Amino acid sequence: MSDQQVLGEEQPSFHADDYEKKWIGVSIVLLVAFAVTVAVAGFALGFQVPGDESRVDPRTVADSGPFSQPGLRDLGGGEYDAYILSQQYLFTPREIRVPAGSTVNFYITSIDVQHGFKLQDTNINMQIVPGQVSKLTATFDDPGEYPYICHEYCGIAHAAMFGSLIVEAGGGS
Amino acid sequence: MTTLKPQPTYEMTGQEKRFIGLHLVVAIFALAVGSLFGPLQAFEWSGLDLYQYLEPIGLDDYYKGLTAHGVLNALVWTTFFITGFLTLTTIVGLRRPLRYPKLNQVGFWMMVVGLVMAAVPILAGWASVLYTFYPPLEASWAFYLGLTLVVVGSWIEGYGFFFTYIAWRKENQDVRTPFIAFGGLITMAMWQIATLGIAVEILTMLLPYSLGLTSGTDPELGRTFFWFTGHPLVYFWLLPAYISWYGMLPKQAGGKLFSDSLARLAFWLFLLLSIPVGFHHQFVDPGIPSGWKAIHAALTYGVAFPSMLTLFTVVASLEYAASRRGGKGLFGWIRALPWNDPSVSAQLLAGILFMFGGIGGITNASYDVNLVVHNTAWIPGHFHLTVATAVTLSFMGISYWLVPHLTGKPLWKPKWALVQTWLWFVGMVIFSNAMHVLGLLGAPRRTELGTAPYVPDEWNGHLLRVSIGGAILLVSVIMYVVTMVRTAAQKERVAVGEEVQIPIAESLRDPQLTPLWLDTWRPWIIGTVLLIVLAYGPQLYDQITNASFSSPGFGP
Repeated sequence: MSDQQVLGEEQPSFHADDYEKKWIGVSIVLLVAFAVTVAVAGFALGFQVPGDESRVDPRTVADSGPFSQPGLRDLGGGEYDAYILSQQYLFTPREIRVPAGSTVNFYITSIDVQHGFKLQDTNINMQIVPGQVSKLTATFDDPGEYPYICHEYCGIAHAAMFGSLIVEAGGGS
Repeated sequence: MTTLKPQPTYEMTGQEKRFIGLHLVVAIFALAVGSLFGPLQAFEWSGLDLYQYLEPIGLDDYYKGLTAHGVLNALVWTTFFITGFLTLTTIVGLRRPLRYPKLNQVGFWMMVVGLVMAAVPILAGWASVLYTFYPPLEASWAFYLGLTLVVVGSWIEGYGFFFTYIAWRKENQDVRTPFIAFGGLITMAMWQIATLGIAVEILTMLLPYSLGLTSGTDPELGRTFFWFTGHPLVYFWLLPAYISWYGMLPKQAGGKLFSDSLARLAFWLFLLLSIPVGFHHQFVDPGIPSGWKAIHAALTYGVAFPSMLTLFTVVASLEYAASRRGGKGLFGWIRALPWNDPSVSAQLLAGILFMFGGIGGITNASYDVNLVVHNTAWIPGHFHLTVATAVTLSFMGISYWLVPHLTGKPLWKPKWALVQTWLWFVGMVIFSNAMHVLGLLGAPRRTELGTAPYVPDEWNGHLLRVSIGGAILLVSVIMYVVTMVRTAAQKERVAVGEEVQIPIAESLRDPQLTPLWLDTWRPWIIGTVLLIVLAYGPQLYDQITNASFSSPGFGP
């Protein structure tokens, strides 16, 4: 690199220093590598984010259908549907118990404002939006208590909004 | 071809200096008030609830404070500083006055009216909806209308820059747009397109239902409109800092801009890629197919690319400056930079923390990895490295030469200012690191954790570090505000001939040798619109045609 201004007859052209070109190459390789890693994890290994599940009317969703009786449904074969209703400032139900080894499909909606649902120590992390059903699935092999907390600000007592998933050892229910 | 002739710098008139100065007065006032709330939140997390003592003055509520902190610091401090700073880069860069100064004054005062209109309901407790104001959490109509006026006012100031550029271009057909003006114009162009999302959200949903004209909103559609604006918003904050890092800091450090071509390319890529990435804020949302989320994830990696170009060019410019000052060695040159200049040290420290902000940003953009950190304390940990350090500490650094330049008065206690920049750095390292760790442990963001029943013991040490970092940042921001006020209020003036100059870096290579396609608007604007239509069009069409305004409002 030179300290002198280039003047005279030189025509305009895209100019990049050699190191600069190498850095551009490194940047592109890095970003492509990140994208491929994430795509493989998401679409081949199944670490998925929530998608477009279904829509509901937040004014009537608690009156009929599955959200009128929130809680666990045993689908057999160790698989469960969990319907959870969110409102200022509680989840219904407050507590869910499943045996170790269960696979649980979480279906969650809100009857008032937006909420969040984060099941601690898992990849279950969802925005709960009135008018929409959020869905994610997880399998629980390790017994223990997994708190689910509201992680979207929903009003003055937001910090009090949480519940617990209890995974019980020994295959009992 | 035209060769670069040394041109006299543009001397701003007293009126122009006052106009820019007014922007800074509002900006620094907002920062001063908003920053008092931040530590209150940080202290609350470790069990020290000061809000109970502030009840007599009406500040009884954690979330009122959090709303004020977000709005005043992230929206008001930034927007007013940026419109003021870009007024300077436009007229000083183009070496001509604003084409229609009255137009810009109208824009500025509209922003001031909007600020007051939004501030009243916030402080009265009628708008504790935080700075994302997701429906159907409902605020007073005055809050939404006030924010609208701030945005529209910034548009009008932007139109003023565009008219000024058009007038300049007529007189300067074959000349490359001077870099600092070029960067400001792109920032404003991006802002005009990006804010359409929030404008549509407020005008079609939030204002009508808060005025009682409609019975509800479609909250998911509202989120999509919000994040159409919400992500480019961060580039609206960041690009003015980049203008300084590329176009001014090298001069302050005693060097030159390393590559004019790459700097311009980076700005065009920010215009192109800042906007069609909003779904990465909605990775955990229902109602948006995961395929669209993945496309926006890929585009978000794309917008990381111009920041990586920036990293190279800025570091190379600084290394060049350091080598001219006698700096040597692979890393040894860093010590040769003028660290004792508070304006330089602020921006260098801002840049160092921004590298970590960028790495965290890549994590956030990573589709499924995001599940670990979404809506956790990691996120405010991240954006306190970006907007609250890369941007805010850089703006503080800029004001260390800008306020003396505007007022004709010397910087009050430069050593004090130097300490201020380091305190910000140290406070933010402690605060932000603790926030990132808390996020990985599952702590939610924007939550009054001092009262939360589910906080496990293992969070406590980190919550305390959040408070310690917050306390250091509070000291730093007070030092900053005092320095600014004392600088402007003092009687002493700098001697004639000793005035603080606006630092404008030359580039190593004559900008006239930068190819014309890097100084041509049409293809980049067309590309930007096209990419937005491709990345947002189908999903937005689907959400609009299936919209159901069935979600009534609720108070916080």
